[in-house]
Amino acid sequence: MKNNRREFIKNLGLTGIGLSIGIDGFSKNVALKKLTAATLALEINPFIIIENTGKITLVNSRPDMGQGSTQAVPSLLAEELEVSLDQVSIIQSDGRSKYGSQQSGGSSSVRGLWMPLRQAGAAAKEMLIKAAAEKWGVNAADCYAEAGKIFLKGSQKSVTYGEVADLASTYQVPKNPKLKDPKDFKIIGKYNKRLDVPDRVSGKAIYGIDAEIPGMVYAKVVHSPRIHDSIASIDDATARKVVGVLDVIKIERAMPHTKVDAVAVIAQNQWAALKGAKALTVNWKSESGKYLNQNTSEYFEAAYTAAKKPGIRAEEKGDFDAHFESAGTKLEAIYETPFLAHAAIESENATVHVKDDGSVEVWAPIQGPDGALSQVAQYLGVPEEKVKINVTLLGGSFGRKAYMDFLNEACDISRKIKKPVKVLWTKEDDIAQGPYRPAMLSRMQGVIENGRAKAFHHQAIGESIAGQVFNGLRPNTADDWLSGELSQENHQYNFEVNKVSYSRVKTSIPVVWWRSVYASNFGWGQECFIDEMAHEAKKDPLEFRLGLLKNAPRFTKVLNLLAEKADYKTPLPAGKAKGIAVFRSFDSISAACVFVSKTDNGIKIDKVVSVIDCGMFVNPDNVKAQTEGNIIMGIQAATKGGITFENNQCVQSNYHDYQVLRNSETPKMEIHIVENYERPGGVGEPGLPPIAPALGNAIFNLTGKRERKLPLGV
Amino acid sequence: MPVFNLNINNKVYKITAEADMPLVWAIRDLANLKGTKFGCGMAQCGACTVHLDGQPIRSCQMPLSALSKKAKITTIEGIAEPTLHAVQKAWIEEQVPQCGYCQSGQIMSAVALLKTNKNPNDEEILAAMEGNLCRCGTYQRINQAIKNASKML
Ligand code: FES
Ligand code: FES
Repeated sequence: MKNNRREFIKNLGLTGIGLSIGIDGFSKNVALKKLTAATLALEINPFIIIENTGKITLVNSRPDMGQGSTQAVPSLLAEELEVSLDQVSIIQSDGRSKYGSQQSGGSSSVRGLWMPLRQAGAAAKEMLIKAAAEKWGVNAADCYAEAGKIFLKGSQKSVTYGEVADLASTYQVPKNPKLKDPKDFKIIGKYNKRLDVPDRVSGKAIYGIDAEIPGMVYAKVVHSPRIHDSIASIDDATARKVVGVLDVIKIERAMPHTKVDAVAVIAQNQWAALKGAKALTVNWKSESGKYLNQNTSEYFEAAYTAAKKPGIRAEEKGDFDAHFESAGTKLEAIYETPFLAHAAIESENATVHVKDDGSVEVWAPIQGPDGALSQVAQYLGVPEEKVKINVTLLGGSFGRKAYMDFLNEACDISRKIKKPVKVLWTKEDDIAQGPYRPAMLSRMQGVIENGRAKAFHHQAIGESIAGQVFNGLRPNTADDWLSGELSQENHQYNFEVNKVSYSRVKTSIPVVWWRSVYASNFGWGQECFIDEMAHEAKKDPLEFRLGLLKNAPRFTKVLNLLAEKADYKTPLPAGKAKGIAVFRSFDSISAACVFVSKTDNGIKIDKVVSVIDCGMFVNPDNVKAQTEGNIIMGIQAATKGGITFENNQCVQSNYHDYQVLRNSETPKMEIHIVENYERPGGVGEPGLPPIAPALGNAIFNLTGKRERKLPLGV
Repeated sequence: MPVFNLNINNKVYKITAEADMPLVWAIRDLANLKGTKFGCGMAQCGACTVHLDGQPIRSCQMPLSALSKKAKITTIEGIAEPTLHAVQKAWIEEQVPQCGYCQSGQIMSAVALLKTNKNPNDEEILAAMEGNLCRCGTYQRINQAIKNASKML
């Protein structure tokens, strides 16, 4: 045990001394890199706190934005520890490094924590069993753990974990505790109701917007419509007259890669802040030197120009260009996807108190408390020990609340006014300020030979998130993160010749990850083009895919299950059609079959059948819920207008002109999960990428017209 | 500043606020009932839905000055007394919420629907729920939960 155990328990505000154990040292991956279980190492840390009063607390280290981590993460601990979740309290980690990477993102929670947290649970259980055995003077092998107690085999004897926690805490933590055989799992893989749901239906759940701190004031930040402009002058005379307005100050919006001017209206309540902001006149000085392809028309023009030139090679098997040159039957097409806003219903917000003693406390809906901790410390120039991060629930995020410019704003205001402050963005800020999913092109090329697909090239074209946000892309290099999604290893189609290339198109429109990141862009080009190749080869698209996936048993299984559940082979009556697509992302394979029909007003989506192979999973119902959400968001991405910039500013401003799917637009959805004992994959995102191409393919089958540009007219 | 005696969930709150303050802020920040949420601020998302004399309204669009003296406001906290409402039970049974942020508004719309229509058909459900956005995409479960709740009532 580490000797900071007592202090840790004290910090948590817990009573009593007991066993706290956890496992850390996992590589400090952020969403930029793929997590691999192999890089995880053992170290002690407090994920499990067993007090001698009997109270058991488990730490959820991944903020819950609706993806179910409040259940999924502690389940990994509870399974091996032999407790049920209704016996324990669950708290959210605070960003300290002892919890390892705490970023919800990249669909990484379960797949990243699968081994370390199970090991933490198993190690604690072994120590508790050993303690009970010592107490009774028996062999540990004669004891077993169940439901928070240790039992002596063949007797009535039992002790609770709390009763032996003190003794257990004196032992060395076993390095290689025995893990359960997945076949013996009682929690993982089983339907269990999420215990946080009752609070979410009764108004008791606390989101960022609900933070309430004594002495707190409210701020509305006024942003530059053209994002990068500076302030020429502020006329705040009217704003200051608004009842409740306390102050108007110049602040900055510090994004990860750039800082821009902003103005904060500080008020006694939120309404006064909003009203004050409306009454404010800010004269923005155009910083045109900072605009780069800041109109979507310019950006796309640059992208289509880039599509005429070769990109940077990311991978190549065989000589694609030579094959393409000499091929008899070849195809080429460009697919387009727009910029998209995340548009969670809870907009960006953060409450921050920069205190007189130099310490800082934060209450905010953020995806990564560890990232927030270092960001706030760095931004304010205070040591990390002086920063306390309280993560609230997130009212949706989809990638947005991992980009914490709004948190910096609250820090900047609080340090300037020396009071706790809540910053709440409006929906207009959320929609018009970005960051967005980047718009992308996929230039696809293919060669058909003797009715078979022989060569395939995917040229990805657009802004790089790593390049813009993290300034992490050297010139003339491919963005691995992006090209990895397109690699042959990922799609598994066994083309003899396969090439992936990338052309960066820079823009000053802020970009960031959006649910499923680039897979949401490139699934569209890849999977529609596979259908185009199938039609050219005069093959059924399903058969064509299965033929290319002979050496990919998991893909084959997913597609066969989809065909069965969607009754793929049965022809549909006139006026109806279906289309399929499959895409692997975040270590999971998902396929969809979308059913469409012709109506008097156009095309209607009747039904979506989705199959997911995410390896082992925690709660089948949550896998289904996440996939339903992915279908809804996938349909929005495919059919609703994206974000556009004209005159260097965003055209859209709220849900009336940036539309998300409404209830009446929901098709019937059926989700099927492939059950196996494969390593866990992601769940929160992989269901999305196949939706747009399956829909595009269905529309082609319905109308004979190949759509290559999103949004589709549905 | 004007003073309003707001009857929220059968309790009178003395609220001192500007007359043009939308009800949502009075409920959230002055009565400190945080279950009602703010989303779009322009009658697009329904996150702020509460009942005014039993009718669902968008509280972001209702200035305090427009409320009659006898107005009775019900929020998500008010339907839960003393135990959970049938709609809330159905929501739990169906595991509707993901992030849950929209769900106070969804539930208030559903409760209002079932009050006037004990057994709504699909079209009636869609018509009543169309103004409530859920970015997480829980609509299929919402509609199923409403049907289940109608059987419990
Ligand atoms: S906040 Fe009132 S309808 Fe969206
Ligand atoms: S559950 Fe997240 S917005 Fe509806």
